Amino acid sequence: MPLKNALCAASALALLTATGATAETITIATVNNGDMIRMQGLTDDFTSANPDIELEWVTLEENVLRQRVTQDIAANGGQFDVMTIGMYETPIWAAQGWLVPLEDMGEDYDVDDILPAMRAGLSYEDTLYAAPFYGESSMVMYRTDLMEQAGLEMPDEPTWEFIAEAAEAMTDKDNEIYGICLRGKAGWGENMAFLTTVANSFGARWFNEDWEPQLDSREWSEAINFYYDLMTNYGPPGASTNGFNENLALFQQGKCGMWIDATVAASFVTNPNDSTVADSVGFALAPDTGKGKRANWLWAWALAVPAGSDAKDAAKKFVAWATSKDYLELVAENEGWANVPPGSRTSLYENENYQDVPFAEMTLQSINAADPNNPTVDDVPYVGIQYVAIPEWAGIGTSAGQEFSAMLAGQQSPEEALQKAQTLVADEMEAAGY
Amino acid sequence: MSTQHSRSAARLMMAPAVIVLLAWMLVPLTMTLWFSFKNYLPLRGGDLGWTGFDNYARFVTSSAFWPSVYATLVIVGGVLVITIFFGVLLALLLDQPFWGQGVVRILVIAPFFVMPTVSALVWKNMFMDPVNGLFAHLWRFFGAEPVSWLSEAPLFSIILIVSWQWLPFATLILLTATQSLDSEQLEAAEMDGAPPLKRFWHIILPHLSRAITVVLLIQTIFLLAIFAEIFVTTQGSFGTRTLTYLIYQRVLESQNVGLGSAGGVYAIILANIVAIFLMRIVGKNLDT
Amino acid sequence: MARAVSTRRKTLTTVAAWAVGLLIFFPILWTFLTSFKTEATAIADPPVFLFFDWTTENYSVVQERSDYMRFLWNSVIIAGGSTLLGIIIAVPAAWAMAFVPSRWTKDILLWMLSTKMLPAVGVLYPMYLIFIQLGLLDTRIGLTIVLMLVNLPIIVWMLYTYFKEIPGEILEAARMDGAGLKEELLYVLTPMAIPGIASTVLLNVILAWNEAFWTLNLTAASAAPLTAFIASYSSPEGLFYAKLSAASTMAIAPILILGWFSQKQLVRGLTFGAVK
Repeated sequence: MPLKNALCAASALALLTATGATAETITIATVNNGDMIRMQGLTDDFTSANPDIELEWVTLEENVLRQRVTQDIAANGGQFDVMTIGMYETPIWAAQGWLVPLEDMGEDYDVDDILPAMRAGLSYEDTLYAAPFYGESSMVMYRTDLMEQAGLEMPDEPTWEFIAEAAEAMTDKDNEIYGICLRGKAGWGENMAFLTTVANSFGARWFNEDWEPQLDSREWSEAINFYYDLMTNYGPPGASTNGFNENLALFQQGKCGMWIDATVAASFVTNPNDSTVADSVGFALAPDTGKGKRANWLWAWALAVPAGSDAKDAAKKFVAWATSKDYLELVAENEGWANVPPGSRTSLYENENYQDVPFAEMTLQSINAADPNNPTVDDVPYVGIQYVAIPEWAGIGTSAGQEFSAMLAGQQSPEEALQKAQTLVADEMEAAGY
Repeated sequence: MSTQHSRSAARLMMAPAVIVLLAWMLVPLTMTLWFSFKNYLPLRGGDLGWTGFDNYARFVTSSAFWPSVYATLVIVGGVLVITIFFGVLLALLLDQPFWGQGVVRILVIAPFFVMPTVSALVWKNMFMDPVNGLFAHLWRFFGAEPVSWLSEAPLFSIILIVSWQWLPFATLILLTATQSLDSEQLEAAEMDGAPPLKRFWHIILPHLSRAITVVLLIQTIFLLAIFAEIFVTTQGSFGTRTLTYLIYQRVLESQNVGLGSAGGVYAIILANIVAIFLMRIVGKNLDT
Repeated sequence: MARAVSTRRKTLTTVAAWAVGLLIFFPILWTFLTSFKTEATAIADPPVFLFFDWTTENYSVVQERSDYMRFLWNSVIIAGGSTLLGIIIAVPAAWAMAFVPSRWTKDILLWMLSTKMLPAVGVLYPMYLIFIQLGLLDTRIGLTIVLMLVNLPIIVWMLYTYFKEIPGEILEAARMDGAGLKEELLYVLTPMAIPGIASTVLLNVILAWNEAFWTLNLTAASAAPLTAFIASYSSPEGLFYAKLSAASTMAIAPILILGWFSQKQLVRGLTFGAVK
């Protein structure tokens, strides 16, 4: 009986796909974070305007998503019509000819409205290859009430020294309040994104102009030792397995005094439905050491259409809808301005309604302060602030990240971690033929 | 005894299974071998020519290789020891008469049905999380500092999760074997005044040896391939990078298909060494 | 039982057995309970066990986010299909090995089992390319075939051990009565083999249901089974224990219930017929 049903269903399905040539199905691979999930809930707006397009969602956790889409695009699997990718992948894939250029996106798309930093990061040879769904930098989020208790005041442009001082003053381990929460979970998009920005602000760099790894430099040692001391003294237990999501949960539960992470988190920590500390969150620019670079990154989650897609026009239509000005308004209508995907369009920051959002100003400032083409104090041969825009980076970043994660877990000293990371980066670079 | 006719019929009947398995083994294996001699980097344009044994040399000389072999052996060995030890104890316990045998057996067997991904997620978040996990609550209740299981005791944590999934399997096989134990022999030994430990050592354990061998064989096959439990919990950090995981990282994270394929060939060789070794023991044991 | 067991001893055993049983089952029970809590209750310290406001909200949130029935249906088809296909191929092979053994039988069996030891990651990339070439990526057919191949050695092995238990004399008697190969298979062997086949089917449905490497790597949307469903819950934003629990319960419930109902056959299946 079940077999018969299965056969019926199978033949029905075959019939459907055979006759339904007019209805195109596009498969969208996306990451399971709040803004994307919200978008899935709002797609009726798109499908009712485009009844001939059906949407299939593949929602995955960030690491799984990256692995799946990379695999698919590199082998030309053609499983997806729209992929959610970042600033790191876009120029590399575009250079390989794997992405469809996003030109002619419709009359009211207004591509010039996209924030210049985002547009530059998502373009290859001045052509846009991925449209930003939301963009982010990183900044300090802190508890205003705890700062007050500690008798300190957060400047708009703090130094790392001040952050360490504040972390010490806010830590109250008996009440499970930890002065600072930072990423420790291994991964190029997790702890290495953060640590690379710290290294930048301490004047370190991944490679010199001859592509020689520089993890054995004094600057790296200072940066890593600073991070290590900060986290072992004032960080939460188990920090070595905390990524963005884990820290978000901790902050929302009121267990962190400060958290330096993506600017998009601001709307989650100030949302009273999810956050117990929604009324007492302040924002500041990412810290520095006075060497001229702040520890803030630049990132965008963007939608791209792979060249192997068999529904390119429908896919582009969807990308245009999801990254349009109208979509921002749609979210604002349904969920309020604070929940609009931030960091993608200039017009959003000019909108009066949005200027009332407490974190809007600091987000824009942070984004504008980031320069992927000039990320470090000393010159480097690569582009990218919290990543190095070469295909090997994902592997390098993750392997090195595991060493620093093990360091945070107490399995090795900062010096050992740096030395191991240096060796394996050198190995990988050699394997890649540098 | 069997006729020529039935022999050729038998060959015909075996053919489909043998052919599909042969294809399943040979086709991807040949391709893996081919890749392993190539400098194959999909993100740099794909096939960049032959490199001889470079990938093989690079894979074993990388600093991650030996630790990964070690992690593999510790995890497989740890899970085998735990599941067999507790499996025997549990089997002996459940073999005694008690009220509600059916229900208890259902409870004990349940973890075997749980998807590895689900069990890893549940253990990682709801039990081992150092802030909100149940263990952390328990530790705090007793005034102890919560343990960050996955980073402070990573191998142990993974062994615990995997053992939880496989204990039901070991228990059930051993229980079935225990039930066929000759109770008269046991009683005779008891009459003779043999202490429990001696009875266990000389009568029960030899009787269970065949079942233990089966557990050993089947579990090793599955344990060598564990992936989801590591992917979900530590992603290979803190020394939990097994050989399987290392290859995964080379192929999918670094997108170095040549290097990863060379690793794959090593893993296949290792698996076959273990296989031959196991088959010897098991083959002998299953004959009788 | 030959000897009388004192009530005292039985009581003690009962207590011990139940304690161990509940301990082993606890993670599943806890997941089930948590799935009915609010997110705040789910992380409450001290934890609450039964006395909270039960809510089914998490289930509707999960259902709204991902279309559970589609994943479930894919799981059913893929697990069922691969097992069925495997049985069709394995029964003749196992029959031949059990009743017409040659001097290679043992070697063939061991070789088959050794294919199970091939590390999947080692051949993922080639398989991916083959799947693209054949247009099998993200199709139920493709996944059904792969899972069949993965489990085929186990199926053959299990069936072989069951078939070997069938006494050869019966076959000879049937042959004397003039039964041909077909009759022998249909009327003599099949009825005797049914319990063994049932156990094999059950165990392999479970193995295929829970397989989480190929199912994740070779599917995207249309063929994605429950293992992919759970992959989107591995680390969502903010508090998610209750939602994770609901999704987990939904992913494991069908197979857990099936397993419990067919416990007897399964126990037999689990022993791979090698232990009596």
